[in-house]
Amino acid sequence: MTSPRTIRTAILLLASSAALAACASKAPKQLPPDPGANVSTNTAQEPVQGNTITPGSQADFVAQMMGQDTIYFDTDRYNIDSADMTALQAQAQWLAQYPGKRATVEGHADERGTREYNLALGERRANAAKNYLVSVGIDAARLSTVSYGKERPVALGSDEASWAKNRRAVTITID
Amino acid sequence: MNLRLISALALVLAAPAAAQQSLPTPQPTEQVPEEGLSGAVSDDSDWQDLGIAIPAFATDADVPTQTSAGSTAALGMSLARVINDDLKNNGLFKPVGPDALPRPAFGEVQAPAYDTWAGRSAEMLVQGYVRAAAGGQVTVGCYLYDVALKQQLAKAGWTVAPGDWRRAAHKCADMVYSRLSGESPFFDSRIAYIAETGPKDRRMKRLAIMDSDGANHRYLTTGQTTVLTPRYSPDYRSILYLSYFNGSPRIYIYDLESNTQRLLLQSSNAVFAPRWSPDGKWVLYSMAIAGNTDIYKMPAGGGAAVRLTDSPGIDIGGSFSPDGTRIVFESDRGGSQQVYVMNADGSDQRRITFFGGRSATPEWSPRGDQIAFTHIAGNFRIAVMTPEGREMRYLTDSWQDEAPTWAPNGRIIQFFRTTRGSGKAGIWQVDLTGRNERKLATPVDGSDPAWGPLRP
Repeated sequence: MTSPRTIRTAILLLASSAALAACASKAPKQLPPDPGANVSTNTAQEPVQGNTITPGSQADFVAQMMGQDTIYFDTDRYNIDSADMTALQAQAQWLAQYPGKRATVEGHADERGTREYNLALGERRANAAKNYLVSVGIDAARLSTVSYGKERPVALGSDEASWAKNRRAVTITID
Repeated sequence: MNLRLISALALVLAAPAAAQQSLPTPQPTEQVPEEGLSGAVSDDSDWQDLGIAIPAFATDADVPTQTSAGSTAALGMSLARVINDDLKNNGLFKPVGPDALPRPAFGEVQAPAYDTWAGRSAEMLVQGYVRAAAGGQVTVGCYLYDVALKQQLAKAGWTVAPGDWRRAAHKCADMVYSRLSGESPFFDSRIAYIAETGPKDRRMKRLAIMDSDGANHRYLTTGQTTVLTPRYSPDYRSILYLSYFNGSPRIYIYDLESNTQRLLLQSSNAVFAPRWSPDGKWVLYSMAIAGNTDIYKMPAGGGAAVRLTDSPGIDIGGSFSPDGTRIVFESDRGGSQQVYVMNADGSDQRRITFFGGRSATPEWSPRGDQIAFTHIAGNFRIAVMTPEGREMRYLTDSWQDEAPTWAPNGRIIQFFRTTRGSGKAGIWQVDLTGRNERKLATPVDGSDPAWGPLRP
């Protein structure tokens, strides 16, 4: 996973959580057609000064995790295995270090599933990761989840190696 | 609709003159090229070999119209072409269209030159006329004759707004199809789907609608937000669909009359897989709470929701039986995706698929006699079975076919097919014999087709 993409996603999620928070108490009666609150063409600026990554930023999280911001699942499964636990513990340590930070766990599925089932499967995976983070002491209120089902693959092949990379839950901290 | 068709037939023209039936004013649409659907047909069953001649519709006076087809004479040619394409592209008959046939005079419409047509080996003859009517409308008459018997089999007429001229052709094709096959009509219907463009990891997905033959195509969303799984309301006034508008999956209702949309329900949880009840009064949706997905039912106009399933597994989707009393849905409570049925109040849930592999995305036929679904065992294939889960038959065999949707008459199924590697998806359709399979010509890639009912 490349960092510009992650950052974009983070900004996008930030914007969307803000939108959610803003309307949490009162539902908008009407929405204009497709105003595109979460345009994916945002050119987000990394919170970087010179070549220094700001401690406690999403960029810092990604750099510190060295790939452990993502955990992987077997086909149709959502259990947390020992490798996942190691990764999630590393995430939890970082989150404990920055108690003001919130994070979203994105759940994903590979392309070899039906669309709606994969949305539900992504929910399961994101929640499995979230539940583990909570079990090791992270306040549940700091964590949200979202499923993208099979809509956002990172590996583009139609083979087992690609599918294994796409069955994932990615933790993204919110700057 | 049967009743309305019969009344249209009963009222039919003693002379090609008066209007029998007015169609509602059309919505603004953007026209796509004439072709609509295309595809090869290979079938050899008996009535599908029936030779039908469809010459250009005649007119009493060639005058300009406000239709996209031009003058009444040009419109008469276009009407016959649309009817020919409807019947030919669906593998139903072997029609011969107006471009290869002589054009009957206005006076011949009700007095066919049977011997001429017999000499051309036509067994059936579809003739018609078009006339300019008051207020820019056009009146179209449609007649079906048995050439060997020298007998009129059916006739009907419609007065339509200029933008609805293709509907008159679809209704004529429906009349011919129904009379000759004994099946219910389906051409005069529309399809909602997801138009897809862009690379595999950043696909742009737009809500789009089109006529059953691909014409009158229109995009409803810009693509800035990912949208999925549309469902036309039974009255065609609105579309339920999933949108990531606020960053998380939620269900919206798009109002086609006002071009506005609203959230189906406010929730902090993921809400997806929207479905209408056949009477349009209820909406089924699936909601994930702490990772566990269940199916709920709520009044379409808003109000208290009822939870229908409570298994610890994923319960998702749902499709009502045509009488609204039962729901077929998908659940992995037994360890893998399988198809279950329950009563509309959630009682008496039981599994009906025991075919090996996984069974997903069930859709109840509008006729009630079949359930279409995706069977997964290696390849993803479209299959049908009885509501008891018997007599399973595959209709397709490709790497990944999923999400069947039924034609209004329950004889044809659309689905989407994904190409291995590129991930490109296209909308395909197949009839219940499994033989007449073809890809729909959409402007860009397409997925998640949802076929609406016969238009009111």
